[in-house]
Amino acid sequence: MIDTILLTVQLATVSTLVLLVAGTPLAWWLAKSPNRLKEGVATVVALPMVLPPTVLGFYLLVAMSPQGPLTAALAPLGIAPLAFTFPGLVVGSVVYSMPFVVNPIRNAFEAAGERPMEVAATLRAHPLDAFFTVALPLASPGILTGAILGFAHTIGEFGVVLMIGGNIPGQTKVLSMSILDYVETLQWAEAHRLSTLMLAFAFSVILAMTLIEKRLRRRLR
Amino acid sequence: MSEIRAQFAGRLGSFDFDVGFVAPGRGVTALFGPSGCGKTTALRCVAGLERLGGEFALGDEVWQDATRFVPPHRRAVGYVFQEASLFPHLSVTGNLTFGQRRAADRGVALAEVVSLLGLGGLLDRAPARLSGGERQRVAIGRALLSQPRLLLMDEPLSALDREGKSEILVYLERLHDVLSIPVIYVTHDMGEVERLADHLVLLERGRVTGAGDLHAMLAAGDLPLSRRAGAAAVIEGRVAEVDAAYGLARVTVAGAEILMPAGNAEPGMRRRLRIKADDVSICRVAPENTSILNILPVRIVEILDDDGHQATLVLALGTAGEGARLLSRISRKSRDVLGVAPGETVFAQVKGVALA
Repeated sequence: MIDTILLTVQLATVSTLVLLVAGTPLAWWLAKSPNRLKEGVATVVALPMVLPPTVLGFYLLVAMSPQGPLTAALAPLGIAPLAFTFPGLVVGSVVYSMPFVVNPIRNAFEAAGERPMEVAATLRAHPLDAFFTVALPLASPGILTGAILGFAHTIGEFGVVLMIGGNIPGQTKVLSMSILDYVETLQWAEAHRLSTLMLAFAFSVILAMTLIEKRLRRRLR
Repeated sequence: MSEIRAQFAGRLGSFDFDVGFVAPGRGVTALFGPSGCGKTTALRCVAGLERLGGEFALGDEVWQDATRFVPPHRRAVGYVFQEASLFPHLSVTGNLTFGQRRAADRGVALAEVVSLLGLGGLLDRAPARLSGGERQRVAIGRALLSQPRLLLMDEPLSALDREGKSEILVYLERLHDVLSIPVIYVTHDMGEVERLADHLVLLERGRVTGAGDLHAMLAAGDLPLSRRAGAAAVIEGRVAEVDAAYGLARVTVAGAEILMPAGNAEPGMRRRLRIKADDVSICRVAPENTSILNILPVRIVEILDDDGHQATLVLALGTAGEGARLLSRISRKSRDVLGVAPGETVFAQVKGVALA
């Protein structure tokens, strides 16, 4: 069981890091670009919120299969098919959790408005400099919200993992899958333990997030 | 001296924007006009925050012309916005040094700005814990520390309450005295213009309707300033003598000597006087036995009739009309009874003189 917990936390941590690194520039683009196509992109990012995870998982499985387009694209780089592997789970989690990370960060960038960046420019800050020293700190409550939501969603994800994970102990078997296993084999006590753990985790995450965010916002007011 | 040359044109909302002006390379140039006339847009174009077609040069440094557009972070401007817009995640010190750390040279030192703007007790505070006036002072300091060659101020008083306004005005006047770089100051408040500006550019619906030296502009017959209600002339003077017993100062101005309340004046100090047109009446012969202290020979330059029953006289101090300009507002009847005409020499009775 410890294995499963560690693997789950590892998956959520790696996914969250990838989400922050990829999602923050995307959120900035969505917040600031005058490009008319951006709402189309925003819709694609938001799809996982509405789609049944199995649908998302199905398409990811097709893409990652030995004949799939993602596999073909990665083959020249010497990367093996991702289906039923840990990296495959990371890709799936990133896609699945993207809207929960991008939306709060985008909102935070939009809420800060143009003024702070204009002030920074008149104070000789290059746009990239201003992004790191002004825009990111001002958006920190939104970034924190995004990170925690992304982490929590990845921990709780089930449908996508079910489709592309394969439930291999130590590699792709995460908490939500174990609970299913325990229930199917009638190990109610174990299922209870894990479920209680998840419940406590979810409660703590939401409470901690609310408190920290409140504090950050107060400081930035 | 690095002269400012600006010319911007483009479409702005419901009207065409076409603003061009030349301003001296030192002192305060006010861009004055009603809300929505495009004065803030002009200032944003100077900073490079907005891009319209046109040209801008500060002395021999060209920031915009047909082929080039220097991005805002490479222009040596200090910009003070209407709202202080301090960075909430940085302390007062962090805000002050933000631009300083990124500037190429180090002419203006932190300690200098702190003492000039009275920021000593505020350095460790968070912006959220400052009053409106304090915030705007930090914003001004932050702009100065970015080592600008040109300071831009966009209605820096308009977001403040009356207390904050008078607090900042004192500091702005102090800046006016010590600052060697030119300032472009956007405002719709004539009181601020009269106190701070040396040079004036009038804007209306995206056009320049007049530009020039403040004192000449205020008393120019062909501009609306001399005709408006509350019209006043602004005159520069130097305190010649203080009569402590009566609390009066004798101030030498071009073409006359004027007595005014001494306040904290000391001989040698420069003073900017504001004389309202309504406070100046005229007479053909020098009156005697009057309570009015300032009776000055003047020459009538121009007589402006308004739509109603009043006339505004543009006067030049001195019997030869060689001195500073003054405005007098009298009834149309008085004008006819006296039969005054341009070119004549009369006496102006000045009922009230105030510091601008």
